[in-house]
Amino acid sequence: MDTLANYLHMGGYARFVWPAYGLAALVVGGLLLASLRDLKARERELKALQDSVPGRRGRSRAASEQE
Amino acid sequence: MHRFANPARFLRLASAILPWSSALSALLISAGLYFALFHSPADYQQGETVRIMYVHVPSAWLAMACYSTMALSSAVALIWKHPLADLIAKAASPIGASFTFLCLVSGSLWGRPMWGTWWAWDARLTSMLILFFLYLGHMALINAFDDPSRGAKAAAILALTGFVNIPIIKFSVDWWNTLHQPASVSKFGMPSIDPAMLLPLLLMALGFTCFFVTMLLIRVRTEIIASKLRAIRMTQIHTAHVAVPVTE
Repeated sequence: MDTLANYLHMGGYARFVWPAYGLAALVVGGLLLASLRDLKARERELKALQDSVPGRRGRSRAASEQE
Repeated sequence: MHRFANPARFLRLASAILPWSSALSALLISAGLYFALFHSPADYQQGETVRIMYVHVPSAWLAMACYSTMALSSAVALIWKHPLADLIAKAASPIGASFTFLCLVSGSLWGRPMWGTWWAWDARLTSMLILFFLYLGHMALINAFDDPSRGAKAAAILALTGFVNIPIIKFSVDWWNTLHQPASVSKFGMPSIDPAMLLPLLLMALGFTCFFVTMLLIRVRTEIIASKLRAIRMTQIHTAHVAVPVTE
């Protein structure tokens, strides 16, 4: 337990080292989630739009996507 | 070159690369974190704060690499009018802004204990702050027009003009007397850094690079779908206009 506390203490620099890593996790994770969310939203929008188009083109696309 | 301007071909290529780039980035960053946090020595001068380097330096490298990607694709977009090049530039700027932000804040957290200040108007720090503003300006400009192609053109010109900042960032530590230390890792000659520190640094840098590629591919795919959506809606508006007089 002492070694863990000692490790987390980071030689007295804990309040600089850990926020740097925490922020890195936030930035990397946030970018990943935001990018995936945008992609899913556009994909849903496209699917809804293609389904709503009754034209030949819309049907043939929907059919080819199901294959 | 022209072969890759085809969105369908790009999407196929992206689907082939994505699983590898995402798995590699997870693997490399995990290994990098392990060595950075548990298996590397404290610096004899900087103590444990040296561990901030494993986040700070890779994010700085990627911030600049991302800008170079953006400037290159902006040049391709302006010269050859490749529609895909505009989408790559648009997809890259939020990624670059994120890395630049991470670099600035982690640098500040490192500067406070080592230099005794959170911030200094030093050449390296200031040019990096300008890079951050260039990214923000690019993101704002590209969405500032109703016509996306006009926004893309204005943003491409900004990206190319701002490229002058990249060599300034790179050489700022040599050209001016700065608080910031000069590069310890260089392509020429042996890096003046302990191998035990170089290993986590390189792992993190490679991991961040794979992460950048993954994000870029996902975001370009999103932009391709968005432009497809715009095209479909335009056709719908157009056919609606044509259809109205016929039905009346």
